[in-house]
Amino acid sequence: METATMGVERQVRSYILENYLFTDDPAELNSTDSFLELGIIDSLGVLQVIDFLEKAFDIKVNDEEMIPENLDSVNSVVAFVERKTGGAGS
Amino acid sequence: MCGIAGVACLAGSDSPSRATLAAMANQLIHRGPDGEGTYLDERVGLAHRRLSIIDLESGDQPIHNEDKSVWVVFNGEIFNFIELRASLVNRGHKFYTRSDTEVIVHLYEEHGEDFVDHLNGQFAIALWDNKRRKLILTRDRAGILPLYYQQQSARLLFASEIKSILAASRTAPRLNLEALDQLMTFWAPLSPATVFEGIREISPGEIMVVTDGQIKKRSYWSWSFPEHGEYRGGNTQDLAGELRDLLIDATRIRLRSDVPVGAYLSGGLDSSILVSLIKRHGNVPLRTFSLSFDDDALDESRFQKELVEYLQADHSQVKCRHEDIADRLEQAIWHTEAPVLRTAPVPMNMLSQHVHQQGYKVVLTGEGADEVFGGYDIFKENKVRRFWAKYPDSLLRPMLLKRLYPYLDDSLGRADAYLKRFFGVALATPDLPSFSHMPRWASTAQSKNFISPEVRDSLSDKAIEKLEKSLPDAFGRWHPFNQAQYLEAKTLMAGYLLCSQGDRMLMSNSVEGRFPFLDHRVIEFANSLHPNVKMKVLNEKHLLKVAMREYVPQSILKRHKQPYRAPDIPAFFSDRRHPYVESLLAADTLKSYGYFDSKKVRLLLKKIKNGQAIGHRDNVSFVAILSTQIWHHHFIENFHKNFSGVH
Repeated sequence: METATMGVERQVRSYILENYLFTDDPAELNSTDSFLELGIIDSLGVLQVIDFLEKAFDIKVNDEEMIPENLDSVNSVVAFVERKTGGAGS
Repeated sequence: MCGIAGVACLAGSDSPSRATLAAMANQLIHRGPDGEGTYLDERVGLAHRRLSIIDLESGDQPIHNEDKSVWVVFNGEIFNFIELRASLVNRGHKFYTRSDTEVIVHLYEEHGEDFVDHLNGQFAIALWDNKRRKLILTRDRAGILPLYYQQQSARLLFASEIKSILAASRTAPRLNLEALDQLMTFWAPLSPATVFEGIREISPGEIMVVTDGQIKKRSYWSWSFPEHGEYRGGNTQDLAGELRDLLIDATRIRLRSDVPVGAYLSGGLDSSILVSLIKRHGNVPLRTFSLSFDDDALDESRFQKELVEYLQADHSQVKCRHEDIADRLEQAIWHTEAPVLRTAPVPMNMLSQHVHQQGYKVVLTGEGADEVFGGYDIFKENKVRRFWAKYPDSLLRPMLLKRLYPYLDDSLGRADAYLKRFFGVALATPDLPSFSHMPRWASTAQSKNFISPEVRDSLSDKAIEKLEKSLPDAFGRWHPFNQAQYLEAKTLMAGYLLCSQGDRMLMSNSVEGRFPFLDHRVIEFANSLHPNVKMKVLNEKHLLKVAMREYVPQSILKRHKQPYRAPDIPAFFSDRRHPYVESLLAADTLKSYGYFDSKKVRLLLKKIKNGQAIGHRDNVSFVAILSTQIWHHHFIENFHKNFSGVH
């Protein structure tokens, strides 16, 4: 059974894989891979990711939250979304 | 300007045939619609297609010396030919034409291979010394005009465009995968490679000598900068005066013509300066041409109009719509002979067509100023990033970023941390030779993500390493600003801007471009300046602005640099469908050509159709993929149909 966290992770991973790595092969992205270091997302891409998160999870990302610590890997994004939605572990 | 082609026998092979020369020359008619000529003996054949500009009556090529032992075909202009001719006549040389071409053979008689040092111009030259059995191929210093060659077992083929060499080939060419890898990093293959296996170019500033079946190449000129701080002295006003005089002369000699001369006017600083120079110092009516775009963000009409009124220029414009870009990309790639990363060449093709329709054969244009005087944002970024590397905790950093990109103020503020990280690529290693260009190259190289696994496996992924190995020894001793200028001039300017976007688009409509900012005296002067004179803090092209401030309105001087760009993805995905795009990007075609991963391309197309592909990278990837597919379709799939020539 997919937990809420798994659901968030699946959506985030799928979004990044499809739109930045152009693949549906999950093996191409590890949960801890830094998007910046991989060079797959630039500053404009970050804004698009934020747009996706706001729409997919009904949250609002504030200016001061737009930092790599919150957004630079699948794990960071999932943790960030959970904190914002009051999900598991927040 | 014109087209040249030729064949040289290397070792005991058959003499060159007239039919081969004709087939080669036939591919160059767009470069030289006004006439043709050939020279043939048992070792060498030279072909020329003429675009008549100087000495319309008697300047037909090939041209020879007094005793017909030296023959030349050349594409280009020798702007100081009047002075050279006077000096040669004084030394007893006899001329039979009034052309600029003829000075070449007499200079060769005087100076041998060093003749090229005396030329101020843009050129691709093939000179044959029948007595010494020596063939010389050479190209101008900056790379304004093209010259390619292919060394086969027994003969050397050479020509202004690769199509000409293909016309003398039996088998279809193959894509040089390493060159594609380089193009998808640096915007162009590393010279002398081209995207055609086995076909190379004479590099800018290079001379090739073929004698006794031996081929030797050497550089006669290269971009060089002070190594030990020995910059040109003098206060700003003195330097500005010197620069102004140089630019006036560089422009004046580029107006030498027996046909009318026009100018491109983009609305930016460089073309405004140029047009203003023509107005004040040229004895010619001022006729200007420009582009306008549907897309407000790309259109510069407002600034063009301001300058047209200021200078009372006779001006006309071509409007470029999205459909035009999609309709014309295939034709553009036929002329670029290489994939491209942006659609920018296409409107330039429309512009030259307009110029041709208006009855003009020559335009002056402002390319080169940004490389020579440090106008591009990449030079500012370099400065800012180096400052960061030195002072990583400086609070000035965010402010500097906003200075760099004032028009990105809003979104920038939100993703500030990201922009810092992005530009911090390789921040920790400012001693890397490619430091200045790493963000751009790393970003562009993302497009290689789409290359098919089979091709990826065969690539060594050593593009940057190869470039760094090719740098001159002195590079490490140059100021970082100069290092960045060098990289820009050698990769993007020579490899893409002057050819795919420049010469190829001009010549596709039989128009010659002339580049005052690339007069080698201007380049050498600018290279000798301290970088702070070129970029004062973050004010780009500082000395150029000071020198020319009386020539252009304040508003143009103050205008933030807007790089020329054309619409990419939006041009192909509006209401109209484009069957050729659908066909070339279909999964079967992608698989059959083999360069790109069809699954990944499908996802890119999905992202595009969702309206999500709005960034630089996706646009670069899309255009790279589509243009490579078009290239293969023209030059490989349809080789036999398009090149049915004699071999």
